Amino acid sequence: MSSGTILDGKVPGGDLESKWERHKFDMSLVAPANRRKYDIIVVGTGLAGASAAATLGELGYNVAAFTILDSPRRAHSIAAQGGINAAKNYKNDGDSVHRLFYDTIKGGDYRSREANVHRLAEVSVDIIDHCAAQGVPFAREYGGTLSNRSFGGAQVSRTFYARGQTGQQLLLGAYSSLMRQVHRGQVKMFERREMLDLVVVDGAARGIIARNLITGQLERYAAHTVLLCTGGYGNIYFLSTNAGNSNVTAAWRCARRGAYMANPCFVQIHPTCIPQSDEFQSKLTLMSESLRNDGRVWVPAKGGDQRPPQQIPESERDYFLERKYPSFGNLVPRDVASRNAKSVCDEGRGVGATGRAVYLDFSEAIGRLGRDVIAERYDNLFQMYERITGVDVYVEKAMRIYPAVHYVMGGLWVDYNLMSNLPGLHVLGEANFSDHGANRLGASALMQGLADGYFIAPYTVAHYLANAKLKPVDTGHAAFADSEREVGERIGKLLAVNGSRTVLQFHQDLGKIMWDKVGMSRTESGLKEALGEIRALRDRYWREVKVVGASADFNKEVERAGRVADYLEFGEMLVRDAIHRGESCGGHFREESQTEEGEAKRDDEKYSYVAAWEWKGVDQEPVMHREPLTFDFAEVKQRSYK
Amino acid sequence: METGTFTLNLRVWRQANGTADGQLVEYTARNVSPDMSFLELLDVVNDDLVKQGKDPIAFDSDCREGICGSCGMVISGVAHGPQRATTACQLFMRHFEDGDTVTVEPWRAKAFPIIKDLVVDRSAFDRIQAAGGYISVDTGGAVDANEMLIPKDSAERAMDAASCIGCGACVAACKNASAELFIGAKVTQFSLLPQGQPERNRRVLAMIEQSQSEGFGPCSNEGECEAVCPKEISVAHIQTLHREYTRASLRRIFGFS
Repeated sequence: MSSGTILDGKVPGGDLESKWERHKFDMSLVAPANRRKYDIIVVGTGLAGASAAATLGELGYNVAAFTILDSPRRAHSIAAQGGINAAKNYKNDGDSVHRLFYDTIKGGDYRSREANVHRLAEVSVDIIDHCAAQGVPFAREYGGTLSNRSFGGAQVSRTFYARGQTGQQLLLGAYSSLMRQVHRGQVKMFERREMLDLVVVDGAARGIIARNLITGQLERYAAHTVLLCTGGYGNIYFLSTNAGNSNVTAAWRCARRGAYMANPCFVQIHPTCIPQSDEFQSKLTLMSESLRNDGRVWVPAKGGDQRPPQQIPESERDYFLERKYPSFGNLVPRDVASRNAKSVCDEGRGVGATGRAVYLDFSEAIGRLGRDVIAERYDNLFQMYERITGVDVYVEKAMRIYPAVHYVMGGLWVDYNLMSNLPGLHVLGEANFSDHGANRLGASALMQGLADGYFIAPYTVAHYLANAKLKPVDTGHAAFADSEREVGERIGKLLAVNGSRTVLQFHQDLGKIMWDKVGMSRTESGLKEALGEIRALRDRYWREVKVVGASADFNKEVERAGRVADYLEFGEMLVRDAIHRGESCGGHFREESQTEEGEAKRDDEKYSYVAAWEWKGVDQEPVMHREPLTFDFAEVKQRSYK
Repeated sequence: METGTFTLNLRVWRQANGTADGQLVEYTARNVSPDMSFLELLDVVNDDLVKQGKDPIAFDSDCREGICGSCGMVISGVAHGPQRATTACQLFMRHFEDGDTVTVEPWRAKAFPIIKDLVVDRSAFDRIQAAGGYISVDTGGAVDANEMLIPKDSAERAMDAASCIGCGACVAACKNASAELFIGAKVTQFSLLPQGQPERNRRVLAMIEQSQSEGFGPCSNEGECEAVCPKEISVAHIQTLHREYTRASLRRIFGFS
């Protein structure tokens, strides 16, 4: 592996608690009258993108916002169920900014940047205030104050929620603010556009090439800076809880233009999803992990036990999470819960038709609290489960669940100002790598997306604009013509293959390699096999893929073909990252690095850094740059949930 | 045929673009699994079409868990199909019988022009939202969220209204292609909350005005919208909308803001 450089996260000095406040003062401003002179492109309109576009519009910048969907309101943030964390300590149960910071650092298995995480915890309280002011109908107590609940892995009640639709309500709040700016003319909205390239002029991000998904035409957009808010790449596994249109393409196009991809192997596999039922399945559905507050996870003590769950007596059940982790029990972090479910299924004790599922049992909770209380808490989830599986949880008293790819902690590398190594390219939300380390805590994705968009980027983007010496650039610049030509050629090449296998088949093949060998449990030999298989599949793709229809048309096959081509390039980088990181940490479990009890073993001496990969071309080895991680404020410990 | 699977006859609306003529085209779907969703059925039909080098059926879909509102199609004459409170992506094939013939058509409304096959342009909803579907509050400077007490009951009713996913089924089901359930849900949400009061009158007038200019009709009073709504948004929200609209109109006539 060729050696890279040491990256500087540009974290301001001084006390952890006052870094952000001081930095806000130290950063340059753009005066109100000058803001209209700056054009800003925001790609993606989920929580990060919608909140950033709305806020920058409010401030007076000219914003152009892009979504691949038909409306900004449909971005996949909408599907988040459980809630959003904030260090309000409304429950008087010992929460604080410092505790949220500490929990996030520990939950991320000490692979995130301390200063970013502290800032996230600080602004978490402002998010709740702002969203309440927007009219987000958070759950409330009879006295009119906001309700909280405890959520996966937390020992305090700091999660705010709107039934099981928190993501929907927060997104609709951000969307309403965004549409207000559209009405004011501060934001121009471009729907059904897919970003297919980043345009770089004089080393700085100055625009994008987007494909109009209705006409198929390529369009050029120029700006002074680009904010990439395009979510994660979980669909590289084919089956995940992500929406069908979520993809890596926009981020990967930036990587191909020189932006570094950080910790791509950090993928979160969520423990409570509905198991796969057949080969036609297009996605997996998550059941909120709030269910683990009352549900107990178990499998039969002996393998091959085919009896219905309620006919298996207590003495023949193994509540494996409660047994192994007495203090956290069913509420261990996601990575721990997922890995343990896999291992009991690997032992042959899994349940259901495929043997790849465990029970999440409510009989004890229904007995203790009564059916009505359980229905009040979980009825929408029980209904969702019945709709999909045909099983009535009130009758069966248990759900079958299995882990599924859900979220990615990895993403484009950014400094403290959320700017990539490529000047002018800012990356927000799930698309960046910054705050969750090797594992994200429940109810923290919504928090990070909104923190980046509402409260961080508006300051740091202004600082960039005020200091960057940017020459006027319009879409007539040669760099736009070159980018557009390259994008067009790539689409043309895909259409010209005219092979015999569909894009869907290739995507399923890639997903199987990823899930089997780059999933919950990884080995060096398995990862190396995956690397070879992905390369072979990529070669085959460009020889055998069949893409029907024309480019200049509404053509979902062309859209998907480009995305799968990008997954086949990016997947190799993800696997290389997983091979190089010989330790276990968070969602990345390397079988070679475990304790005698089979728990993940970190190696801080060797791997306490962010691995940021520079793409060097197809079939070329990427170069790894490192950002060392130092912990001046949080005490570094081996995680234990025993 | 594999065990437990069945065969379904489909008649699907195919239309190359907004100006072309469309027609129903017949397809036979074999090996339909009862655990498949309706959209997964279309995926399988499409994969076969692609293998034959034919243009697959265009339809919108994204989350496939009933919350994004992307998917929308009229299945056997009913928006989102026969199951109550269900989007097309959450409609599972166990609700169909072997040999059934199912007709699939796009939303049909003047304000939702067809783009291709089952895909329509619903941007009119965004423009209605932009006209007034928000609370004018800039980021930063909000008071502590618990400074503003909201009775639990109001918050719950606001949440009932806010659960609208903007799919457009209400419009597709209405013989007047009215958007009043969609607008009523948003207007009700904000009218129940103290934050929504300052713009209460302006909001409802602006949203209704925009709706009229988009070509949505008036409420038909038949309740088809509630019957097909995947989130079971109640027609009571339309009554609220009418009350709010009357109140705002009178206040405008008499010079109150």
